[in-house]
Amino acid sequence: MTLRRLWAVARKETIQLRRDPRSLALAFALPALLLVLFGYAISLDVRNLDLAVLDQSRSEASRRLLSTFTSSGYFRVVAHLEASADVAPTLERGRALLVLTVPPDFEQRLAAGGGAPVQILLDGSDANTATIARNYAQAIVARFQAGGTLRVEPRTRIWYNETLESRNTIVPGLIAVIMSIIAAMLTALTIAREWERGTMEQLAATPVRRTEVVLGKLLPYVGIGILDVVAAVLAGRLVFDVPLRGSVLLLAVLSLLFLVAALSWGLFVSAALKSQLLATQVAMLTTYLPALLLSGFIFSIAAMPLTLRLVTLVVPARYFVAITRGIFLKDVGLAVLWPEVLALLAFAVGAVGLALRSFRKQLA
Amino acid sequence: MPEAVVARDLTRLFGHFVAVDGVSFSVPRGEIFGFLGPNGAGKTTTIRMLTGLLPPTSGDAVVAGHDVRIAAHAVSNEIGYMSQLFSLYGDLTVEENIRLFGGLYGLRGARLAERRDWALEMANLVDRRRVLTRDLPLGWKQRLALGCATLHEPRILFLDEPTSGVDPASRRRFWDMIDGLAERGTTVLVSTHYMEEAEYCHRLALMNRGRLIALDRPATLRHSLGQPVLELLTDAPPRAVEALQGVEGVIEVGLFGRTVHVMPHDATAMAAALPGMLAAAGRRLERLRTIEPSLEDVFVALVKREGGAVLG
Repeated sequence: MTLRRLWAVARKETIQLRRDPRSLALAFALPALLLVLFGYAISLDVRNLDLAVLDQSRSEASRRLLSTFTSSGYFRVVAHLEASADVAPTLERGRALLVLTVPPDFEQRLAAGGGAPVQILLDGSDANTATIARNYAQAIVARFQAGGTLRVEPRTRIWYNETLESRNTIVPGLIAVIMSIIAAMLTALTIAREWERGTMEQLAATPVRRTEVVLGKLLPYVGIGILDVVAAVLAGRLVFDVPLRGSVLLLAVLSLLFLVAALSWGLFVSAALKSQLLATQVAMLTTYLPALLLSGFIFSIAAMPLTLRLVTLVVPARYFVAITRGIFLKDVGLAVLWPEVLALLAFAVGAVGLALRSFRKQLA
Repeated sequence: MPEAVVARDLTRLFGHFVAVDGVSFSVPRGEIFGFLGPNGAGKTTTIRMLTGLLPPTSGDAVVAGHDVRIAAHAVSNEIGYMSQLFSLYGDLTVEENIRLFGGLYGLRGARLAERRDWALEMANLVDRRRVLTRDLPLGWKQRLALGCATLHEPRILFLDEPTSGVDPASRRRFWDMIDGLAERGTTVLVSTHYMEEAEYCHRLALMNRGRLIALDRPATLRHSLGQPVLELLTDAPPRAVEALQGVEGVIEVGLFGRTVHVMPHDATAMAAALPGMLAAAGRRLERLRTIEPSLEDVFVALVKREGGAVLG
């Protein structure tokens, strides 16, 4: 292996990337878009749920109940309904997620010390949000019923993500998804493209060795990956206020490890299939989708059925998501993360090995 | 080492299809050695085996002193190769392609700059050095490809139909470049299906259906039939061809432009018999003369003599 030949391949690959608008868009615009989408638009937090009220009691007690709802921060009143006939249309048209109905005799029954039922109707078409809203509403009603003081009052404190911002868990995980996209959409094309365009024949007739081709092709994409990671980390810190509590150096080194694993896998798929279309599809199925769905990035692995949990064991993104969250939010180092790091290392070595093995200089 | 390339019983199968069938030859240093034959004759497969791009099914080849089966990497350092289809990078400029292949052949610094200038000069692309390669006309691309294949001054150059699809003027120019390289001692193995190009070769290997059917100097091959060819001018030449097909004493008859070529076993006897045969077929003979056989005549006759058909 000579560095000169490796460098010649890397240089050529970089020039080609620079001249290809599609590749540039995939390398830089798509990650930026994802960052904005996941950072701003997609929030799993439940706050300011739309509440409509049918207050038939119109009493001091019913106003007190309502203010308990609004002061919690979880609900905002979007409509005061006049008649029970308005309840169904309000939910149907989505003007409110839930409707609170306070019966006329609410204050009297409360004063009598007996049960004073109120009705809460929820729009269950978004089951997740409805469940969360129901839990909030029940807790608020329970608190109201106890006169503001529960006999057993849990004092909860949440560690690592004190305000439970879903953004704080999503942005670190997003780095894994972005790198998977580069692997699937860019590196999966590079070797297949040479076969399809016939340039591989000319390349293969030169003294270039396969290690030089594979590593030379890997290099520019690792460069892009590093730029994207830096951009994602900076955006996380500066735009989305995600705390970065752990070692930046450790994050950098482990990101590089994941990058090498994901990109080499893309090269392997490209060299093995020799078709750009097939290679991107296989790479999407084997890198991007698992990173999105099976890495714990959005869907909790602990909540998955056993078979899916077992599948996640061979998803490298799973380990990397755990690593980024650990470094970003928990300030943990190798002492805690070593199993994940070892797993990533194994994937990286395996993927580079596969990429080297599958690349052939011979035409048949 | 007097022989640049030695092939012994080189054979390549693709499944059950025999692409190259027991081909043997040797090429001395500095020779322009041509492969002539129709598409599918095995020219490309032979060249690919010699360059180490395709492992032979059986037989062996020694290129620049290295066995291609064992030392493909050593071979690749000694050879330059131009594939049948244009296969430089269209999205790189002329200069970037040169720099890439220079780098792959291990050139750098002053040496790379010197060879780059040489290649630009030879390919007459100095003014186009910053043009994207895909925007060049085909003839120019092929000159650049030849330049890239010779940057490292290879001892042996393999050119697989380097001028196919290129206009005649550009072809002539390309062959001037090949002549120049051969004069400086480069051995050139080139395949073509243009007969006029075959004449530029020092020696020619005629190939058909994977087999080597003749190997000699073009002039020797042309005289190998031992008989001249009869060229006739008649009304309705295609009808005349039909009439003479399969007639006793005719090896082969074919259309050559507006004339009909007849390859006879005995030219004198045939020349005497032809006017009568044509008249019997209702054709009018306007002119009859004997000419030297062309390479194409020879090729067709040799294939016929073997009892085969010309593929293509």
